Amino acid sequence: MYDFAYHKPSSVSDAVAALQGAEDGTVIAGGMTLIPTMKQRLAQPSDLIDLSGIGDLKGISVSGGTVTIGAMTTHAAVANSPDVQKAIPALAHLAGHIGDAQVRNRGTIGGSIANNDPTACYPSACLALGATIKTDSREIPAEEFFDGMFSTALEEGEMVVAVSFPVPEKAAYIKFPNPASRYALVGVFVAKTADGVRVAVTGAGEGGVYRASELEGPLSSNFSADAIKDVKLSADGLNSDIHASSAYRAHLVGVMARRAVEAANA
Amino acid sequence: MPTVSMTVNGKKVSGEVEGRTLLVQFLRENLRLTGTHVGCDTSQCGACVVHLNGDSVKSCTMLAAQADGAEVTTIEGLADGETLHPMQEAFREHHGLQCGFCTPGMVMSAVDLVKKNPKASEAEIREWLEGNICRCTGYHNIVKAIQHAQTTMSA
Repeated sequence: MYDFAYHKPSSVSDAVAALQGAEDGTVIAGGMTLIPTMKQRLAQPSDLIDLSGIGDLKGISVSGGTVTIGAMTTHAAVANSPDVQKAIPALAHLAGHIGDAQVRNRGTIGGSIANNDPTACYPSACLALGATIKTDSREIPAEEFFDGMFSTALEEGEMVVAVSFPVPEKAAYIKFPNPASRYALVGVFVAKTADGVRVAVTGAGEGGVYRASELEGPLSSNFSADAIKDVKLSADGLNSDIHASSAYRAHLVGVMARRAVEAANA
Repeated sequence: MPTVSMTVNGKKVSGEVEGRTLLVQFLRENLRLTGTHVGCDTSQCGACVVHLNGDSVKSCTMLAAQADGAEVTTIEGLADGETLHPMQEAFREHHGLQCGFCTPGMVMSAVDLVKKNPKASEAEIREWLEGNICRCTGYHNIVKAIQHAQTTMSA
């Protein structure tokens, strides 16, 4: 790992100032992706701005049908939160199956979505639930936030502060984990809301997380696994790699979606 | 160079590190606490697991600077003098190790599990150990040891 200047600001405004003042700075949340990336010298920031000293970025609150999670809240904290388990159990389940226990003790929701790994779990929850991503300067709907593989709508020097999830009527997330990394080979988050059914798929698309409109239509009129059992999903635009072909991923999207609908109805 | 201060196994320590110094390097090289191992160095194998403010973490995937002000417990900090911690005793009793390389991380991970979920089922124990790899594949006795420690740690 190349060396860097380390900063640990105690407020969001100080963090943004440090980020904007650095030659090629980056923020570090839990570091579960960034530190391995820096070890491989795939990233070499001049300055690392550690957000762990900012108390305002941690915590979970539920009010008026919305669950708001601070950017620096760990996956373990989300998974074990009685408030999240009650309001959106699918979200607690998702957080509890990211990586392994030690990764969940460090990794954060803000880090996960800002990185927008095409196989990460959280982006699918944001997209399916219609979350709003709050940054230091604005609010961005999830639809506009995820902007292709490892790419987001965040501007230079802008950072995620919190994520707000509207509480759905029903929801579930099922993934087919890569057995080595536990990243989603394919993960499907289904949410039944007052505005209809939303299905978000991670792990499969070449451009990262996406909504499966072919599944949303039938599920909006009949929220059951049967409603989508005959839907043929195209492999166009899906990833092919050593782990799975695009055709296999297309198949898995259908299977995971049916299991997710069954879990949501259970 | 940043100066870091933390409490390791109950003792206050501090030292000068580079920004890029990993917590595991600080523990092993500055403090000479070599019980914490570096296996894969890619946050997968869990040989480097220590407790940070009571939670198990992979010390190869954390900067020493990030642990500034924290309470850290390593495998050296578990035993009470000559008396092994109940988890260490259980690993000894059930032969929960073969070559022993993964053992410090396994024990630290297992202690965190039993503290948080004292009645974890066998399936939950195995799921919890996803982040700890035993290349001798000695999982069976490791699980038995943890099940034994579930009774002795609560006693």
